[in-house]
Amino acid sequence: MAIELHPLHQFEIQRIIPLHIGGIDISYTNSALLMTIAVGLIVALTVFGTRKAALVPGRWQSLAEMSYEFVADIIDTNAGHGARQYLPFVFSLFMFILFANLLGLVPWSFTVTSHLVVTFALAAVVFIGVTIIGIVRHGWHFLRLFVPEGVPPVLLVLLVPIEILSYFIRPFTLSIRLFANMLAGHTMLAIFGGFAASVGLLAIFPLGINIALVGLELLVAVLQAYVFAILTCLYLRDALHLH
Amino acid sequence: MPQLDVSTFSAQLFWLAVWFVILYVLMAKIGLPRIAVAIEARRQRREDDLARAQRLKSEAEAVSADFQRTMSAARAEAQAVIKEASDRLAAEAAERQRALTTALAEQIETAERRIAASKDQALTEMRGIAIDVGQSVVEKLTGSPPNAAKLTAAVDSVLAGQLR
Repeated sequence: MAIELHPLHQFEIQRIIPLHIGGIDISYTNSALLMTIAVGLIVALTVFGTRKAALVPGRWQSLAEMSYEFVADIIDTNAGHGARQYLPFVFSLFMFILFANLLGLVPWSFTVTSHLVVTFALAAVVFIGVTIIGIVRHGWHFLRLFVPEGVPPVLLVLLVPIEILSYFIRPFTLSIRLFANMLAGHTMLAIFGGFAASVGLLAIFPLGINIALVGLELLVAVLQAYVFAILTCLYLRDALHLH
Repeated sequence: MPQLDVSTFSAQLFWLAVWFVILYVLMAKIGLPRIAVAIEARRQRREDDLARAQRLKSEAEAVSADFQRTMSAARAEAQAVIKEASDRLAAEAAERQRALTTALAEQIETAERRIAASKDQALTEMRGIAIDVGQSVVEKLTGSPPNAAKLTAAVDSVLAGQLR
């Protein structure tokens, strides 16, 4: 068995079931497979884990309730009053990214969130959704979001363009942060793995580094899902309460 | 770099949309409501239990206060009864004592009167006897009866001296 040593090879999209509809490629790929597994696990946890809805929860129900309360807490502390109705979205987003990140750490699997197009799509949904919520809630007043309070009018000339820029840059920073973290971590793991495969007995050193890196990557996987959820809530707060 | 391979974008985005929408719908319609119901049921149960404990506690306190009130009322009543009885007994005893004192005083007075009467009588009798004795003594000694008036006066003066 030949071990592919190229560190970027792990990010290749493999078409498992080639599909084309109207000239558009919608093949079922390794990315789609990992999404299927992620969604399957989340559904198993939250739907089947809570089937009994026991007063004293079992292991799986506890885990489901902890995830629920974790995300609910993120929303309550970051998005402010009246944001609970967006819990299903933020919960789906958090769990999807979390499971995609964690499943990506399984050897020979694939990291859905290591592709910018996926993270950008998620960030774009957040950005567009939040903007629509803001406009529906506040109408023209939504533009006040770009005018910082208690600032001399002279400075506004400078600050308003900065505010507008920082608003529209959000989907990019949000998506690139997650994508870059996944890309860098997995590339590093692959580099040290490839190094280990080529140095014989000395492999113990890059292997040791890799073991430490896997620990770090587990942290990054959870942390980035958390960061994505928190930033989504903060954007939601801007849309709901402006300042 | 595979991330820049635009030809894979449509497939990735299509399945991302499919699975994310499926996930969202399942979470919004089944998963999260179920978890929320379980959490809410637990919270409700806890609050109910706390409320029931609170209610039972206040009921117990009410019963205890009631008991204390009944108890102190009974104690006060008992004390009143005891006081009344002891007052009555004391009054009766005082009454009896007064009656006894009066009766004794009366008896003493009667007895004193009787004694005085007896004494007077005795004195009167003694005067007659003394006069008689004096008369017979003088007659025996002198052979003639004494002057009755003188004798009587002598006896009276002796008796008056005796009685003083």
